[in-house]
Amino acid sequence: MNHIISVMVENKSGVLAKVAALFSRRGFNIESLAVGTTDDDKVSRITIVVNSDESSIEQITKQLHKLINVIKIQKLQPDYSVQRELVLIKINTENKSRAEILEISNIFRANVVDVTKGTIMLELTGNSSKISAFEELLKPYGIIEFVRTGMIACSRGKKS
Amino acid sequence: MGKISGSKMLLKCLREEGVEYIFGYPGGKVIPIYDSIYDEKKIKHILVRHEQCAAHAADGYARATGKTGVCMATSGPGGTNLITGIANAYMDSIPIVAITGQVSTIEIGTDSFQEADITGITSPITKHNYLVKNVKDLPATVKEAFYIASTGRPGPVLIDIPIDVQNALIDENIKAEINLPGYKPTIKGHLKQIKEAAVKIYNSSKPVIFAGGGVVSSGGNEELTEFARLSEIPVITSLLGKGSFPESDELSLMMAGMHGTKFANLALTEANLIIGIGVRFDDRVTGKLSEFAKHADIIHIDVDPAEIGKNVKVKIPIVGDAKNVLADLIKEYKTIRDEKGDASRQEWLKLVHKWKKDYPVSYFNNSHSLKPGYIIEKLHEIVKENAIICTEVGQNQMWAAQFFKCSKPRTFISSGGLGTMGFGFPSSIGAQFGCPDKMVFDIAGDGSIQMVSHEFATAVVNKLPIKIILLNNGNLGMVKQWQELFYKKRYSETIVRGCVDFVKLVEAYGGVGIRVKKKEEVEKAIKDAISIDNLVLIDFHIDPDENVFPMVAPGAPIKEMMVLGKEKK
Repeated sequence: MNHIISVMVENKSGVLAKVAALFSRRGFNIESLAVGTTDDDKVSRITIVVNSDESSIEQITKQLHKLINVIKIQKLQPDYSVQRELVLIKINTENKSRAEILEISNIFRANVVDVTKGTIMLELTGNSSKISAFEELLKPYGIIEFVRTGMIACSRGKKS
Repeated sequence: MGKISGSKMLLKCLREEGVEYIFGYPGGKVIPIYDSIYDEKKIKHILVRHEQCAAHAADGYARATGKTGVCMATSGPGGTNLITGIANAYMDSIPIVAITGQVSTIEIGTDSFQEADITGITSPITKHNYLVKNVKDLPATVKEAFYIASTGRPGPVLIDIPIDVQNALIDENIKAEINLPGYKPTIKGHLKQIKEAAVKIYNSSKPVIFAGGGVVSSGGNEELTEFARLSEIPVITSLLGKGSFPESDELSLMMAGMHGTKFANLALTEANLIIGIGVRFDDRVTGKLSEFAKHADIIHIDVDPAEIGKNVKVKIPIVGDAKNVLADLIKEYKTIRDEKGDASRQEWLKLVHKWKKDYPVSYFNNSHSLKPGYIIEKLHEIVKENAIICTEVGQNQMWAAQFFKCSKPRTFISSGGLGTMGFGFPSSIGAQFGCPDKMVFDIAGDGSIQMVSHEFATAVVNKLPIKIILLNNGNLGMVKQWQELFYKKRYSETIVRGCVDFVKLVEAYGGVGIRVKKKEEVEKAIKDAISIDNLVLIDFHIDPDENVFPMVAPGAPIKEMMVLGKEKK
């Protein structure tokens, strides 16, 4: 099962390497990873999606807590949090398919961010399943490049 | 305000931490620090002969004294040579601070001469590490490093200092403050959990205590002893738990595990409650995990929450320092006992004592061969509890653990988790510096001692009267034992007889060598060695076929022990 862990860390060099190394050393696989600063410039947030069973996720969380630069860890429940990924997709439009592609992207509320004679680039945000569905629909037209960020997530309501 | 160099500041910070000794080895990228050491009055630098031994000596110093040990090496190979010592301290949760030199900040990442990414390399084997890129961060870094190393679950911390940072100037009176928002170890146990545990313990008919290194490192041995006697619960220890409870006590079942006592393993198997204190339920103790303690609920007390539930299922977890939790547990247990009277578990105690009588740790005590068990029993008889025993790794270590009955904490120093051959002698150097008034022994094998024999020089130069009890069987014995038992006696690369004259070797370094081939000479040799105020190596030519028993075969449940067979004539 996929678990979302949001890890607040000190914004110092080498911290991401320590977090990532911990996953490999303890034998856990990272499905996706996203890192960014927060409103406090001394703190970064690392959002990690990891596929594991319940007891392993507990062990991962405990081991993460042991890293000195880790300030706080939140396990986000899928139903009580908002998850988003961003994707940039470059598609071939040589075979006069641009209109159809635009129609699909309208349904998904994707943005056109670049157009050339033979290509179009779309930008879409959404949760994993929306992005995967979008990808499936566009595949037949010929995806040239598909660039997807790791998931970021935020808990719903007042809790932080 | 005056300005001083980073290297002078480093020594100032180390003085403020109360550092007495730095075990180290100079090199190109620590010359500024060594230049400052040249004028240093308070801290003594001990020159070892190999950086790995600097880390082991710092480790031995820490284990013997409870203070944080310090080692130092240059960049590149100096740092990489420290690694085994750092990993060893990490596995056994020993507080050391390792300081390494680094190429200058502008050269980092260019593969310059003697450059190694030592913070990257040591990340998985340190509790934390630092690369100090700006001299103004140095004082706070040192302060944090010592704080992290010695608090919570202790462990090694490495500080990597580029040479330009050592030379850079810094305001002498700069204030260093600890800023660790993510580090708050839980020391006090949760009272509700402790109360629940006390009730559970009181009501249990077949409880055992399983105590480990956490009891020793928290200084909780007196609390453990009080609690065990109060509740009349037998105490088993891990290898690192030796000394946390007097092994001469009626309630002591000594060490459990692969080469533990049969009565300890039986007690762990048959108990219906195991109170694990400062232990991590390592595979050498549990044997086949699915068969381990099948009838028992487990109460697990540990300062590191990640240890709880890692290997075994736990009924009542208590996160906290062993000493603190035990003190609270004693109070809670007393309250219950005062109300209800002593817990009734006489039958269990009778059974445990019967096992203890039926399955003693023994060897064939005959006249025609020299047995390691005999030597260590004699040693114990002579020095009692007034010595620090360091061990190497392998058969010598297990014989030491089985036959040397420890009664005080910090008197049995051994590489547990990493199982590092060559740990014993350098750790005895650290222990002797830390405890100058105590006798320090290194129980060694002929394999292990050859990994670190160059440190004889360090001992002799510093006039350390360490005694090496060399159990010389001409084998890499523990591996040979496995080959004998599990690999059809195919002794691949484990018979190393007759290539070294150890008496001459130690004499070459200025120490004293004594050779013993007969049982009758053992006592006199040990007494003679003690009377000599110098490094002494006693080369005991022991029975080369002697193996360590009892033994749990790898992957077997711990109740199934191979025991001493019939004596060969």
